[in-house]
Amino acid sequence: MEVFRRGDLLAAVHSAVERHGAGPHCALQVCRHVQEHFSCVPADAIPVIARQLGTTTGHIVSLVSFYSFLHEAPRGRYDLYLSDSITDHMLGSRGLLNRLCLGLGVVAGEPRLDGRVTVAPTSCTGLCDQGPAGLVNGRPLTRLNEQRIDHLVQLVEAATPLDQWPRDYFQVDSPIHRRDLLLSSAMPHGTGLRALADSSPGELIQQLETAGLNGRGGAGFPTASKWRMCREAAGDTRYVVCNADEGEPGTFKDRVLLAEYADEVIEGMTLCGRAIGAEKGFIYLRAEYAWLESHLEWVLERRRGDELLGSNVLGATDWHFDIEIQLGAGAYICGEESALIESLEGKRGTPRNRPPYPVTSGYFGKPTVVNNVETFFAAAHIAARGGDWFAAAGNGMGTKLHSVSGDCARPGIYEFPVNTPVGDIVEAAGGMNALAVQVAGAAGELLLAQEFDAAIDLKRRKTSGSFMIFGPDRDLFRTTANFTRFFAHETCGFCAPCRTGTQLARSVVERMAAGRAFGRDREAVDRLIDVTPVLSHCGLGAAALNPLRDLRDKCPQRYEQLFSEDDDNVLHFDLEQELSEIRNITGETGERERG
Amino acid sequence: MAETITIDGRDIPFEPGQTIMEAARAAGLYIEHLCYNPQYQPHGSCKLCSVVVDDQMQTACTMPAKAGQQVESASPRMKSRREALTEMIFAEGNHYCPFCTKSGNCDLQALAYHLGMHHNSFNHRYPVREIDASHPDLVLDHDRCIFCGLCVRASRDRDGKNVFAMAGRGKATRLVVNTDSGLLGDSDISQDDAAAHVCPVGAIMPKRGAYTTPIGQRYFDDHAIDEVDNASGKL
Repeated sequence: MEVFRRGDLLAAVHSAVERHGAGPHCALQVCRHVQEHFSCVPADAIPVIARQLGTTTGHIVSLVSFYSFLHEAPRGRYDLYLSDSITDHMLGSRGLLNRLCLGLGVVAGEPRLDGRVTVAPTSCTGLCDQGPAGLVNGRPLTRLNEQRIDHLVQLVEAATPLDQWPRDYFQVDSPIHRRDLLLSSAMPHGTGLRALADSSPGELIQQLETAGLNGRGGAGFPTASKWRMCREAAGDTRYVVCNADEGEPGTFKDRVLLAEYADEVIEGMTLCGRAIGAEKGFIYLRAEYAWLESHLEWVLERRRGDELLGSNVLGATDWHFDIEIQLGAGAYICGEESALIESLEGKRGTPRNRPPYPVTSGYFGKPTVVNNVETFFAAAHIAARGGDWFAAAGNGMGTKLHSVSGDCARPGIYEFPVNTPVGDIVEAAGGMNALAVQVAGAAGELLLAQEFDAAIDLKRRKTSGSFMIFGPDRDLFRTTANFTRFFAHETCGFCAPCRTGTQLARSVVERMAAGRAFGRDREAVDRLIDVTPVLSHCGLGAAALNPLRDLRDKCPQRYEQLFSEDDDNVLHFDLEQELSEIRNITGETGERERG
Repeated sequence: MAETITIDGRDIPFEPGQTIMEAARAAGLYIEHLCYNPQYQPHGSCKLCSVVVDDQMQTACTMPAKAGQQVESASPRMKSRREALTEMIFAEGNHYCPFCTKSGNCDLQALAYHLGMHHNSFNHRYPVREIDASHPDLVLDHDRCIFCGLCVRASRDRDGKNVFAMAGRGKATRLVVNTDSGLLGDSDISQDDAAAHVCPVGAIMPKRGAYTTPIGQRYFDDHAIDEVDNASGKL
């Protein structure tokens, strides 16, 4: 175990507490801060943090052991991640990960003995339009290829500071290929706020209702109802939370909005604050987007200077609203609104029991509106232009942004009217001879080419905006396996059906991949599909078996191939699996047997 | 005349503020559960008490009763899901009933019998977990922990000691002890605490005294879990 000087630990904890505050609810941000000093949250620092924050050691341990980007052991000075998302896989990211590990002489996930570097896979980094992608010390890496990987190895070996790496390695573009109502009309800063100042909160909420706007994060709850319920809920303090924890594999539209349209998003939050009677808002920004933080801080500061944020918005003495950015630490589950609130309160991101819902009992039990980035963005435009303007498109429901990636000529952002058929989006993106599309990410559904007439209506077919195209040569089992592993990795572990079901599903998928799945696995899949989705605590568990269900129901031929000839008399003993642990210890690599 | 909800076709009266579980218990109706204990705040994590309330799945232990609710609990499909979920919970940890010192007094084991679970069709995970035997009077055997959080609640809300917390994520979920060392022996838990006795399985057990009760005289040798639940007995 790494030994840190006690004086250094104390100093780091003190500076973290100075920056982020001394209450238990600051624990997550304090842990992040301490980790910046030591590349981990050292075991010896945990009691110090706990005492400083007036909380328990178990609370701090619970955070460090929950969030993917908090570490119990030190990382390398270069902390490299490559995205494990299926579209990055399709662009060769697995091969690149191996090449990087071989080049640097590291085992994935473990720091090199000299402490120089760590390489690890990570869940989708939200850069699927310019993958294979990754992160190095929190900065984005895009368009990786073999040449770049080899150069990365040289840069790390030469201990070249990140500032001296080629700038285009970090370049993140915002490719917008189709603009409709929202993206084609520029909105001068403050237009929405001034429109509200000339009318009333009730009128604004009415406009949102006329607009037919519902939540753009994937659940699709009517925005006007949410704001109204929160406004009418009993309580003296209210909060606005922007869910920028865009973790659904294949989604990146919020990244583009935050990079290019942060003003409109923040304006939407400010409007919400006025509409519900809140003076404080949070942007919960996923750790993978930490590189956007300084830009967002700059926009917030500029808007404060322009009287569009802070005290006396538009010079009105009774209009105060300010926004704080809080960073996540690597947990897909925090995209679920009640888990996000738990995380904001400095806890593990486990979803709450509902009812009560956040609109009546959210951040610290106060009425809270949690909306997606795109929802606030749309709300600002609707405030400025009126509900009818938005409702003119998409059968009275406006437009929706889609993050298109995978096998297509033009990956990027596409704004289409609600109710657009899947096939039209595939065609616009140049997805020639597409075999299938995964709509709404890992938690969504697989649509085969013969289903491309299906429209994304945000009622029966909801979406967070992830749209992944699979070309004619793709093996859809790889997609199933990737998503199933993803859920097993991201399940929070709170409820039994999801925690156990996702692990069991993953073990079946691993046996399928190794050609060792039998009849009892088929039965196990059927039972898991019956149990986990309906009994789980939240949407993660509800969706976790979708990938296996879709493969079973939509690609029966491929599904059947995954099972070996069954024989009830065969003892299902997997020698390789049984020996894997001892082989790991001895360093001996066993031959992979194929069934 | 009290207001009522309907569970499996039976009218069940309830007091304002009661959950479906509380109303059912008061009427002598058993709904399967592991993480629920009437003496503590409901947790809603084991999901065994899941019931269909007006076409929506809810946990009976957290869902407030509301007049006119139609609740489906003991239907064949819900029974079969609970049975499968119990198998899944068994497959996740290391539960060695034949030689477990909790055998015969264990809610998980009794529940499995009650649901007619005769074997486990899921592959066992056999996780590697450590035993914490640092406390003079108690042993913390993580192998058997089902993460119900009852000890967390009992220690915090009843004993006022806050000895436990739930940590980790997903398959690495684990019970931790609020001491600098993380060891139970360094905590102020005592064998008289509620938290020392609340575990529905064998994760927190008293030291010494194992196997002293002969088979035939253990708690569930004489009781079924569905009667226990409504009697004043075990809980």
